Amino acid sequence: MRIILAAAAVVMLAALAFAAPWLQFVLTLAIAKGFAALGVAVLLRAGLISIGHAMFFAASAYGAAFLARAGINDLGLLLILSVLVSALIGAIAGSFLVRYRAIFFAMLNLAVSMVFYALCAKLYGVTGGTDGLPVPIPAVFGIVFAEPVFKSILFYLSLTLMVLVGLAVHRYLDSPLGHALSAVHSNEIRLEYLGIPVWAVLLIAYTISAALAGLGGSIAGFAIGRVVPDFAFWTASGHLVLIAVLGGIGGVPGAFIGALFLELLHSAAVTVTDAWNMFVGITLIVVIMFMPQGIYGLFERKEAQSS
Amino acid sequence: MSRPILEAKNLRVAFNGVKAADGASIAIHDGEFLAIIGPNGSGKTTLLNICTGYIRPISGSVLLDGNDITRMSPRAIARRGVARAFQIPQLFSAQRVIDNMMLALAAKDGLWTVIRPLETAERRDEAKALLELVGLDGDTDRISSTLPEGHRKLLDIAVALALKPRLLLLDEPTSGVSALERFPLMEALMSALRQRRITALFVEHDMDVVARYASRVLVWNAGNIMAEGRPDEVFGNAQVRERVVGVA
Ligand SMILES: Nc1ncnc2c1ncn2[C@@H]1O[C@H](COP(=O)(O)OP(=O)(O)OP(=O)(O)O)[C@@H](O)[C@H]1O
Ligand SMILES: [Mg+2]
Repeated sequence: MRIILAAAAVVMLAALAFAAPWLQFVLTLAIAKGFAALGVAVLLRAGLISIGHAMFFAASAYGAAFLARAGINDLGLLLILSVLVSALIGAIAGSFLVRYRAIFFAMLNLAVSMVFYALCAKLYGVTGGTDGLPVPIPAVFGIVFAEPVFKSILFYLSLTLMVLVGLAVHRYLDSPLGHALSAVHSNEIRLEYLGIPVWAVLLIAYTISAALAGLGGSIAGFAIGRVVPDFAFWTASGHLVLIAVLGGIGGVPGAFIGALFLELLHSAAVTVTDAWNMFVGITLIVVIMFMPQGIYGLFERKEAQSS
Repeated sequence: MSRPILEAKNLRVAFNGVKAADGASIAIHDGEFLAIIGPNGSGKTTLLNICTGYIRPISGSVLLDGNDITRMSPRAIARRGVARAFQIPQLFSAQRVIDNMMLALAAKDGLWTVIRPLETAERRDEAKALLELVGLDGDTDRISSTLPEGHRKLLDIAVALALKPRLLLLDEPTSGVSALERFPLMEALMSALRQRRITALFVEHDMDVVARYASRVLVWNAGNIMAEGRPDEVFGNAQVRERVVGVA
């Protein structure tokens, strides 16, 4: 039942973008943020709140810009390499961050990401300072398309990746390692006494979450055509947590539902009013008070009732 | 006698001047079912904490098969075949009962397979069999935080058994378990231990359980061993009867 719903949603998105091409940019960006929020949601399962994941989002987009400047000009290769860059940074940062819990974990992630932000903004010679760097349109299977065509390709690629990567993450969360991750939140003592190395479980999760944020970041970089330090600003990190909580961490679709919901709400709200933050705030209050499992939780509950 | 599986020598531990272990030594041999009894706060749980690497003694050492494990982590000691059930159950309370079991089974072999799900048919069967053994087969799909205290206790024991240990340390396995369920639980536990050749040490307050099942009894008092022997010998000791059995 849930699979049919998810498949229907994906088909609807594809159809929507086909019927209204002007929506493609918004939807691509929403999926990009969905990937990053999924990274945050993975860590939330262990009860760890990262307020710094925009760093990996930005690192990957910068990675794509640097690699493009170095002469790599293939979309697939650029995506893979830039995601590897963020995964590597994630593994390094994670190796000391996963020793911390609760507020210390949240604040240290914030701190590290702010150092990264400052470096991006100040190292003008390398990063272009606050102007950022261009992320040029790469070739797709050796063909360089005109911008509108490339943006369409990017959207459909993002949609495909959302399904494939989403399934892979679902597999991971359903595996013993994924269950061990949730168990960190419940009882670390028992995990230790089962002989399970908590730090390794968390480091793997952290690296995966950084890679997911990175995937979102390079898609966003290609969609916007530029990467700026603001990609890494702490409000962007906060936004990712917001998306994850709003969408719900009970399952992989939650992050994407949250991202699509917010992006579409944003697009709709800015045309009527500039108080869109108020809309978001009220929505979040409603979600936290009345549906603690997030928007995705509504679907899960339906499932439970029908079975 | 053969070399002991676990040996603790001259353990000393104090918390704010309170001596929880004061030069005590214990040894447990293959196939034993060793009971430790003693008044509240005498340091029984602390002994298990030391033997599993959760706390380090001020002095003294713990040997597993003759190897020093005093400074090892609980994880390393668990990996060497020592499992523990706790006085206060340590469960994954947000998870289902069956998931608690399957994660324990996976911890033993196959934690790192990200391709296969935690729940495989074999693992589920194995988990169910253990749950049946301790009498929790009716609770399989419940979230463990919703279990009554006695059942949480049983689950904690089943989880320890799932690790297929050589040595099992049980901290008051029957406390919180209703008087009616106590003996059936012990019977099931004993047959499982015998079948799987598990050596066990258990801290216990119920003297009827000790008298019936223990192969040897250690009386712990103020961080030291006050008496030791077969249940009938120990319970015949006037000092023990006055200080421990009477109190408990
Ligand atoms: N981590 C700790 N920090 C401080 N004091 C402790 C700690 N652990 C145990 N103690 C103290 O050490 C003494 C022995 O405690 P322990 O829990 O080992 O006793 P016990 O024999 O298991 O008692 P019970 O029968 O009540 O379970 C008690 O006085 C207790 O308060
Ligand atoms: Mg105790």
